[in-house]
Amino acid sequence: MTQAPAIELKGISKAFGPVQANKDISIRVMPGTIHGIIGENGAGKSTLMSILYGFYKADKGEIFIAGKKVQIPDSQAAIAAGIGMVFQHFKLVENFTVLENVVLGAEDSGLLRPSLARARRELKALADEYGLNVEPDALIEDIGVGMQQRVEILKALYRKADILILDEPTGVLTPAEADQLFRILERLKAEGKTIVLITHKLREIMDTTDTVSVMRRGEMTATVKTSETDPAHLAELMVGRKVLLRVEKAPAKVGATILEVKDLNVTDNKGVHRLKGINFHVKAGEILGIAGVAGNGQSELLEVLGGYEKGTGSITVNGQAIDLTGAHSDGQSRRARGIAHVPEDRQREGLIMDYTAWENTAFGYHHDAKYQRGIFMDNAAIKADTVEKMERFDVRPPDPKLAAKNFSGGNQQKIVLAREIERNPDLLLIGQPTRGVDIGAIEFIHQQIVALRDQGKAILLVSVELEEILSLSDRIAVMFDGKMMGERLPSETDEKELGLMMAGMTKGEAA
Amino acid sequence: MDLLTLLQVLDSTMRLATPLLLACLAGLFSERAGIFDIGLEGKMLAAAFLSAAIAYTSGSAWLGLLAGIGASLVLSGIHGLASITFRGNQLISGVAVNFLAAGLTVVVAQSWFGQGGRTPQLQGAARFDPITLPFADAIRDVPVIGPIYYELISGHTALVYIALLMVPLSWWVLYATRFGLRLRAVGENPAAVDTAGVSVIGLRYAAVAICGVLCGIAGAYLATALQAGFVKDMSAGRGYIALAALIFAKWRPWYALYACLLFGFLQALALRPDVIEGALGFKVNVQLLDVLPYILTVIILAGFVGKAIPPRAGGEPYVKER
Repeated sequence: MTQAPAIELKGISKAFGPVQANKDISIRVMPGTIHGIIGENGAGKSTLMSILYGFYKADKGEIFIAGKKVQIPDSQAAIAAGIGMVFQHFKLVENFTVLENVVLGAEDSGLLRPSLARARRELKALADEYGLNVEPDALIEDIGVGMQQRVEILKALYRKADILILDEPTGVLTPAEADQLFRILERLKAEGKTIVLITHKLREIMDTTDTVSVMRRGEMTATVKTSETDPAHLAELMVGRKVLLRVEKAPAKVGATILEVKDLNVTDNKGVHRLKGINFHVKAGEILGIAGVAGNGQSELLEVLGGYEKGTGSITVNGQAIDLTGAHSDGQSRRARGIAHVPEDRQREGLIMDYTAWENTAFGYHHDAKYQRGIFMDNAAIKADTVEKMERFDVRPPDPKLAAKNFSGGNQQKIVLAREIERNPDLLLIGQPTRGVDIGAIEFIHQQIVALRDQGKAILLVSVELEEILSLSDRIAVMFDGKMMGERLPSETDEKELGLMMAGMTKGEAA
Repeated sequence: MDLLTLLQVLDSTMRLATPLLLACLAGLFSERAGIFDIGLEGKMLAAAFLSAAIAYTSGSAWLGLLAGIGASLVLSGIHGLASITFRGNQLISGVAVNFLAAGLTVVVAQSWFGQGGRTPQLQGAARFDPITLPFADAIRDVPVIGPIYYELISGHTALVYIALLMVPLSWWVLYATRFGLRLRAVGENPAAVDTAGVSVIGLRYAAVAICGVLCGIAGAYLATALQAGFVKDMSAGRGYIALAALIFAKWRPWYALYACLLFGFLQALALRPDVIEGALGFKVNVQLLDVLPYILTVIILAGFVGKAIPPRAGGEPYVKER
């Protein structure tokens, strides 16, 4: 190949204190291609790209753009070199308009008005060219994440970027928005732009990229042509060992009905009717998966079952009704009735991030006799208990004195899971079990959920990841707009049908 | 209450609102850039002292003004260094500035002039004199318009007019210029400014410097225009009232003017218990009137007056690397 690479990095190293985030990384990205960078959380992908964008400074290494060696001490230099970046967490000013955000830092002169006028014209041209539709005068805080992301892409294009880096761009998007994004990227590629896509989702890599580089623990382990690899191989390169992408499980041995929900209604404190007459049941020894686009009532369902949202209707556990309002409708009473809950947002609802692992291990169960010594907490007992749990759930590092915030997402989830499962509940509520969790830990968490099912427990699984729902569930229910759209068996349905139900359509309507 | 009394009260409202307005706009620039500044009070005090001292020594109020601005800028620099470069706690740095100014002014004044921590009385050109605007005398006797022009609009010191001009100027800078866009952005989301290739540190220092200049003018006004010389603690909590006005004004220049005029009006009323007695028909305790602006401040700070959303990145040092 005679063409110079659009980006070439040689021997990039970067340490944050004792943590070596990037170790001697070299990579070549050819112009006019989509190049994927895949790796687990914390593998150093974002750090590497932040170095390329001048957001962090590398300790060592060289950067070549289009064959020329460049120094990128700050973002200004990166922009001048034709690099644009869309960060995972958008760098937008919330109470500015779309137009103001695009113009910020790239104004033509000291006065704003002419800059804004030119940006308005150019935005329209770019929107027509690439299908990047935005409302120039809308405030960022009033538009959806899909449009916010388009604003970020427009910011880069407005600065004449030839290289576009996207860091985990689909993490916040619905499947339809993600598809739209990938169509835009294809169009940018067709125009000769070079795109670097950072992700931990194997499917996105397989579907969209031309080449893919794999990172593990700060090192670049391989760069391969996407057409010459497959997901299982990539997963192995990412984790460093063979990974089961599909959950292996025996047929369910279904027992008596544990959870029965009848005509459940929830109206939130803003007066919005969130759950509209929900009916379902979960039996011992089975996993009921609830699919749906986020915000269709799944969160409220978990909250009312978990005891921190009020509702009307009837919920019975083991045939006995539980209170949906009043003094006996709280987490404590729910736990007493054999309901364990792994909440959707582990950082807000599952853990206290500044507290240590051992303190977090006791939360909710701190009244247990085994944790008491007279009027005091038996901290030694809790710590010993935590050490033992950490070992069995493979929490790394196995240090009970470390604050929850210092564990990775997967290990945080294992701490919550260990706390809830170890109480031997009859019913486990589990929301988004693998959100922000590495592939290796996903495998482990899935195995734990299946193992619990095989012990004859009832499990209610809520997830926005369809793949997860399909591979774990024994039955699948789909929620849309606070209602149940219907139930399917995983063997008799597919992502397409579930996707339509998630959008509020039944099979008949779609046909 | 007749027109003349009303005009007198409003006239003194103008004079008393001026230092509040300057300090409020000073805080506005700083806080809009994400640097909370509780040290407005200390900066005003330092500026008041040095402007009076230099005006007395040199005999020029304008030189005094420059010295006041200089003193305020030095304290701004300290606050900037602590909160921008060293990413310290902005509240603590601001409090330190206040303590520093409160102690240092008196000590230096004592060793310099030996008059018990005050400067000598300023006279003549060492003070800012009222300016009589053109035609003020000529139309003085025209009914209604005449007294309004003569009593209320004309006859203030240059600094009052400068303060008033600062309102549209601030608005223009913030909303019509590139600098203003970036300044507002850096107080909302510094990472957005940084990734757009603009220096967060440079912008924040610029904002803190503007704050220093405006506080300097406010302080100089206290000692060389409103009063004739420096006395201990002469800023008398105006820096804090300006902060309350800033919240009341929701960090906007025109609202800042209205808020400061309201506070100035309350302070003016406290000086004229006779007017209140005339209007209400019974005697009101003077101390009660004195305390009104502060009560209003407490009420505002307690959040009873609508919802004021401060700049989102306010008070937080910008840390790029984790």
